[in-house]
Amino acid sequence: MKNIDSIGHVTGKSIYLDDIPNQQGTLHAAILGSAIAHGKIKNINVDEALKLNDVVKIILYTDIPGDNQIGGIIEDEPLLAENEVHYQGQPIAIVIAETERIAHKAVKLIKVDFEEFSAVVDPREAKQKGLLLFPPRTFKLGNTDETWKDCAHIVEGSVEIGGQEHMYIETQGAYAYPIENGYIKVHSSTQGPTAVQKTIARVLGLPMHQIEVDVVRLGGAFGGKEDQASGFAAMAALASYLLNKPVKLTLPRHDDMRMTGKRHPYSGDFKIGLSTDLKILAFETDLYQNGGAASDLSPAILERTLFHSTGSYYIPNTRVTVYSCKTNLPPNTAFRGFGAPQGMFAIESAIAKAAETINVKVIDIQQKNLLAENDEFQYGQKAENANAQECFQLVKEKFNIESITKEINLFNQNNRYTKKGYAVMPLCFGISFTNTSMNQARALVHIYQDGSVSVSTAAIEMGQGVNTKLAQVASMVLGIDTNKVKIHSTNTSRVANTSPTAASSGADLNGNALRIAANALLNRLKEVAAGMLKCDAKSISINNEEVLQNGKPSGISWKKLVLTAHLQRVCLSENGHYATPVIYFDKTKEKGHPFAYHVYGTGIITTTVDCIRGTYKIDDVLIVHDFGKSINLTIDQGQIEGAVVQGIGWTTMEELAFDKNGRLLSNSLSTYKVPDIHFAPNTIKCIPLETEGHELAVMRSKAIGEPPFMYGIAAYFAIQNAIKAYNPNHKLKFDTPITPEKVLLQLYEKED
Amino acid sequence: MIQFILNNRLVETDKKPGMSLLDYIRYEVGLPGTKVGCREGDCGACTVLIGELNNNKVDYKSIVSCLTPLVNVHGKHVVTIEGINLENDLTPVQKAMAENAATQCGFCTPGFVMSFTGFCMNHEKPTTSRAIESVAGNICRCTGYKSIQRAAEDITRLMQDKDIKNPVDWLVSKGYLPKYFLSIPDKLAEIHSKTEIPNNSEITVAGGTDLMVQKSDIVYESTIRPTKEIEHLQKIKFENQTCIIGGAATVTSLLQTEKLLQSIDGLRDYLMLVSSEPVRNIATIAGNIVNASPIADLSIMLLALNAQISSEIDGKVNTQPLDQLYTGYKQLKLQKGELITEIRFELPNANQQFNFEKVSKRQYLDIASVNSAMVIKVENNTITDCRISAGGVAPIPLYLQETSQFLIGKKISEQLFDEANDVMQNEISPIGDVRGTVEYKRLLLKQLLFAHFAKLFPDKMN
Ligand SMILES: Cc1cc2nc3c(=O)[nH]c(=O)nc-3n(C[C@H](O)[C@H](O)[C@H](O)COP(=O)(O)OP(=O)(O)OC[C@H]3O[C@@H](n4cnc5c(N)ncnc54)[C@H](O)[C@@H]3O)c2cc1C
Ligand code: FES
Ligand code: FES
Repeated sequence: MKNIDSIGHVTGKSIYLDDIPNQQGTLHAAILGSAIAHGKIKNINVDEALKLNDVVKIILYTDIPGDNQIGGIIEDEPLLAENEVHYQGQPIAIVIAETERIAHKAVKLIKVDFEEFSAVVDPREAKQKGLLLFPPRTFKLGNTDETWKDCAHIVEGSVEIGGQEHMYIETQGAYAYPIENGYIKVHSSTQGPTAVQKTIARVLGLPMHQIEVDVVRLGGAFGGKEDQASGFAAMAALASYLLNKPVKLTLPRHDDMRMTGKRHPYSGDFKIGLSTDLKILAFETDLYQNGGAASDLSPAILERTLFHSTGSYYIPNTRVTVYSCKTNLPPNTAFRGFGAPQGMFAIESAIAKAAETINVKVIDIQQKNLLAENDEFQYGQKAENANAQECFQLVKEKFNIESITKEINLFNQNNRYTKKGYAVMPLCFGISFTNTSMNQARALVHIYQDGSVSVSTAAIEMGQGVNTKLAQVASMVLGIDTNKVKIHSTNTSRVANTSPTAASSGADLNGNALRIAANALLNRLKEVAAGMLKCDAKSISINNEEVLQNGKPSGISWKKLVLTAHLQRVCLSENGHYATPVIYFDKTKEKGHPFAYHVYGTGIITTTVDCIRGTYKIDDVLIVHDFGKSINLTIDQGQIEGAVVQGIGWTTMEELAFDKNGRLLSNSLSTYKVPDIHFAPNTIKCIPLETEGHELAVMRSKAIGEPPFMYGIAAYFAIQNAIKAYNPNHKLKFDTPITPEKVLLQLYEKED
Repeated sequence: MIQFILNNRLVETDKKPGMSLLDYIRYEVGLPGTKVGCREGDCGACTVLIGELNNNKVDYKSIVSCLTPLVNVHGKHVVTIEGINLENDLTPVQKAMAENAATQCGFCTPGFVMSFTGFCMNHEKPTTSRAIESVAGNICRCTGYKSIQRAAEDITRLMQDKDIKNPVDWLVSKGYLPKYFLSIPDKLAEIHSKTEIPNNSEITVAGGTDLMVQKSDIVYESTIRPTKEIEHLQKIKFENQTCIIGGAATVTSLLQTEKLLQSIDGLRDYLMLVSSEPVRNIATIAGNIVNASPIADLSIMLLALNAQISSEIDGKVNTQPLDQLYTGYKQLKLQKGELITEIRFELPNANQQFNFEKVSKRQYLDIASVNSAMVIKVENNTITDCRISAGGVAPIPLYLQETSQFLIGKKISEQLFDEANDVMQNEISPIGDVRGTVEYKRLLLKQLLFAHFAKLFPDKMN
């Protein structure tokens, strides 16, 4: 089934935040961000700005009626800077004007005097200076100290892992307007409406029931609108509250790039020990997460790095520590994979370096150590229905890895200035919010008298197709066509206390809540039908909008059944509640069962490098992926393709550049490059692994949003291998992204 | 008063001529299908089509509306996504996008649909690679593009029997466009008047693809001299072997000049490396020269071709070689208000060869880290004439005079290349920036010099 939004999308009729028609008297907001990355605000002069016609108000932190605080997990982030600034672009003031143009013009006229302090950009430097956002955490299994002596090979190394700009094409924004008596309605481009509601309530000093947040859809998010949308929504709401007027705030691209956090860059050191038969016996790593100036979601992201720091492998002895380092960059935040890609890059680097040192094939080490059934993860959970080995083996067979190797070797022999390389990336990704309490959801379902169905959940549609899957769930449970089901906007007045749509769990959590609600309604309707047919409700089913008795048509249509139920005063509304069973996690021990299940897969990426110019092309991406029993393979394959290309972008061309003063240099689409259609791999082939799915996945269809992103890591190693084929002196480097600059320098590097 | 047809109706507006078409469409008229992604020509979310009347037919092309000042669409037909929607059906382009699941969040989608529709409306034989080129200026962060490529294949297949002489009629008859398109030629013919060009205009605007990025505020507030409105600047012509490019000719018009493509080997591929189709459709050669970016691709090519620049101020005409035009970073020997009227160069003759190299982080729609062009004449294995230029290695687009001179009279060999590189490294002065470190740019230019020779004389460089 196609995305239910497609027709609206291709005709340009789908509505995004900035498309909501402005109410009369709507004012426009623009943000003054700090020009420097670290310093003291000595003076703010708004006189010139206020002189501009049509400037209505300039809001500073002193205007905030409630708390000047937007930190979601740790309270360490003001909405508007008070006396100090901690990153370039940090919001200091909000200008409200009659037009967007004037608002931005006025921003340029505000004069801020700073006393500039030195900025810290590098996480290791921050760590050295004792600048941590919160205490480090460590996961352990077995005992590494005692194992090193048993290792035949011990290899050490370092990684530098780049961040990533979300580059959703729709920038951040919000539209807030007063309804009456201090009640405010806010449209926000957010993945987390409740976070927005809570933040606004706090900033305005109001109870949450005074704030209604509504989201129709987002023009892309990828994690960038999970936490970071709240601040911008709070600014629009604050202005609207102070002026009692509708206020719209949409960020120009440069502001969005400068003011919002990104995927965390990490720096780290690893030590890996193997036996003579290439079993990994011990692994230690210290990772320095570049958290930026405030905690934001870093504690949770750090946690997921820990969870995924052993990749798809069983390693009996581990010790992994992650430090969240406070730097003068915008607070880094959620991004598809949520810390897992960095953890996995580190373990893959360790394996690649070990293979290079021992002089064996990387895939031999990889395959020897893949998770098997009942293997214990560092965090105590056991691998169940572990498909890691199956996926790896299938990839090798289906795509004939031996012939790929041969062809590449032959090509490299025959071409002096063009070299090919490939790499394999096995995947194991845990599904659930690692914070157990967030794994809950509600769905409100109404069946109207005419038989049409309305569904409200906490899920945010941002392109991942969750609304389509929800419509399918309702249709599957109720036995009606998807066109009878309307998935409504996500609204805090209809569905309260929501978790953000994140962690790949949107369809699982909300779909299961919807399934529960729909089932309750179905059972009620079955009773009604049983009454009508004078039979046992157990013999009733509904299929194709028709009531069946013992599987045979009863002559009662869905419409008639619904109307009869209503006339019999049967409740046709239901609020389903779902809380993922089984999961728990004890942070004091760092052990538990945090994930409902894991998603497995393996990908191969091949590349061709132009060794004269240092440029490259991604040739093929070949995957075996564990979708469970996909309820929508069209959408799921779309997620694979999109995630893979985004993952390849992260490891190849997407380079965040900050100068030493913490100023973002890659501040536009012209200087921060994301994949375009020409850069897309020649082929992406994905074979679904045939399984029964998992009972905790919605309709046994496994979560899909984040996991395939990690296949992109293979692009990095594939390019490294091509470089190696050209430059015999080349020693593997672990420094993402592998831009054409790095490729060229490495191709012509003399000695390591 | 600016007049044009927006979708199916005539609009007249006294909005500022420097207002962006995007702002006008979205916020003045209230058509929200055209999206704002970057306002810098780099994402394609704002793509619309403009049609121009030529011999009673309207020719359409895609443009980025964010960089197009309103004055530049005077007398034209502007088509947004709302203007191609059919009443009760999807167009085949829209169907191909929907059926291939080539839309996820949908924010980029109207832009893709418009670019593909522009592809359908052109006068070329449809091929999948052209279809893909037509959307190469559209960024999608969700799909990974494979589904969009599949849509491109479907669209190309459907277009195989398109009437390339009368694409619009054909497209209307097949349900790609609403019927009102048939009445557009007559409606456009009714807009006679040109916009008045103010006598004392403060700023000359051509395509706007540099100006609107760098100083849209100033363009908005200034009186504008649009070079698009100066008739004799639009053409590309030839006098014997001299090519004469008008001061308002666009990059796309180079691509449509057969004689140029035939005379300069590989030119089509090189021009494809310049920005993207909806930018090339409006970006001018003169704008590229005057903007004086050190990595300007066209300036680099024209330096190797030894172009001569004619300009005009107060009725006086000056002609100077391009390699003398730049005096420092963004400094040119042109007075304020001086108008480039012509760019002339000799087409390479049978003994001469041309090559262009450009490396950027992303191959397409990106600014070069370093680029270089070479025109070389080799007789009896000896270089008898040579002009090499390089961008991104100096404050200006640089003609490598010493390196070029050094090579003349020498025989091509790997060793010569090393010696030439030594000369060249002394001639350049790159700075480190977001497009590369000094070390990288030096190495890269060395490699590009090698690439020139390896490409043109593969047997001598192995
Ligand atoms: C997304 C994007 C991608 C780009 N990619 C590339 C690229 O790959 N390679 C590249 O080289 N450039 C690139 N550019 C830059 C730009 O497109 C070119 O420099 C273009 O040729 C500028 O022409 P224009 O007509 O748009 O100039 P405008 O912006 O209209 O004008 C530029 C300057 O030239 C002056 N000017 C224009 N015409 C005349 C004239 N006849 N006489 C005197 N002065 C004049 C203007 O006053 C102004 O100062 C890109 C730009 C964008 C937005
Ligand atoms: S808005 Fe991005 S190209 Fe115009
Ligand atoms: S579908 Fe989201 S950007 Fe293309």
